[in-house]
Amino acid sequence: MSLKRIYNLYQTMEQEKIILSFNGVVTADVLTAVLDIMETKMTQLDESSKTKKKVFNVLVECLQNLYHHIDERIYDMNELRKHQSALVMVVRNENSFLIQTGNYIDNSLVRDLDDKLQKINSLDKEHLREYYREVLGNGAITEKGTAGLGMIDIARKSGNKLEYEFLEIDKYFSFFSLNVKID
Amino acid sequence: MENILREGSAKTPSVSFNSASGILELKGRSIPENSVEFYKPLNEWIDSYGSKPCSETVVDIKLEYFNTSSSKCILDLFKKLEYINKQGSVVSVNWYFEQDDEDMEEAGEDYQAIIKLPFKMIEVEEI
Repeated sequence: MSLKRIYNLYQTMEQEKIILSFNGVVTADVLTAVLDIMETKMTQLDESSKTKKKVFNVLVECLQNLYHHIDERIYDMNELRKHQSALVMVVRNENSFLIQTGNYIDNSLVRDLDDKLQKINSLDKEHLREYYREVLGNGAITEKGTAGLGMIDIARKSGNKLEYEFLEIDKYFSFFSLNVKID
Repeated sequence: MENILREGSAKTPSVSFNSASGILELKGRSIPENSVEFYKPLNEWIDSYGSKPCSETVVDIKLEYFNTSSSKCILDLFKKLEYINKQGSVVSVNWYFEQDDEDMEEAGEDYQAIIKLPFKMIEVEEI
């Protein structure tokens, strides 16, 4: 068996400038570990304190979204792990960072998420800030501790439109891909 | 009543709530996955403190950053303090942020807009 595919994958990641990637179920321990690694990396890269914080903050929110929104609807124990698995990547370009995530999402949740993201993308900086304050002031907090603010916060910190796509996989699930640019 | 003195961790801030001095401090980072669990005892303490507060209460918020789950909990904390302010203790908030950290500065302003308490924005070199 040729192990060239390992080299090919390595090359691809280098070319894509992926400085961190994780594929699997985002548990609390994984979250802590990924953040730890990222923090060390950021110290090594000579980025401004401002950029470091933004990247870190967006990563925290993305990871915590993945952690909290692991679909709890289990159709089949064999399917369970597959659909709880997510992909997280941090890309470092010359003038920007990209935080990219991919995860399965139940088809019934797609519409609401799409609406929310469209709304977020339609707002300018001032209105996004107003929207954040509105949800902060009026929103309730769930038992999991989520406040409905994650995506709004990610958009605010990024300062760019959120790029995303839903890919329908089967009658139950779609795959949600998100690309957040920080520059 | 007993004071709260908690050390910070990688995901949670250090907490120093003193009922004798009326000084309440949160310092570090607040990024626990479920902030409700972390902030619950702090809120309960504030409720107790509220029944017999100092004439002046000073709240020092020195956070490097906090996740959105914490932002809601911090708002709830401020709402409780707002109530204490109405009941007679003069409550003021010192919101610290690092030089050039517009995000934290804005976060303080967000709270300032929602909460009816005097806020002082304090820029420092490092928290």
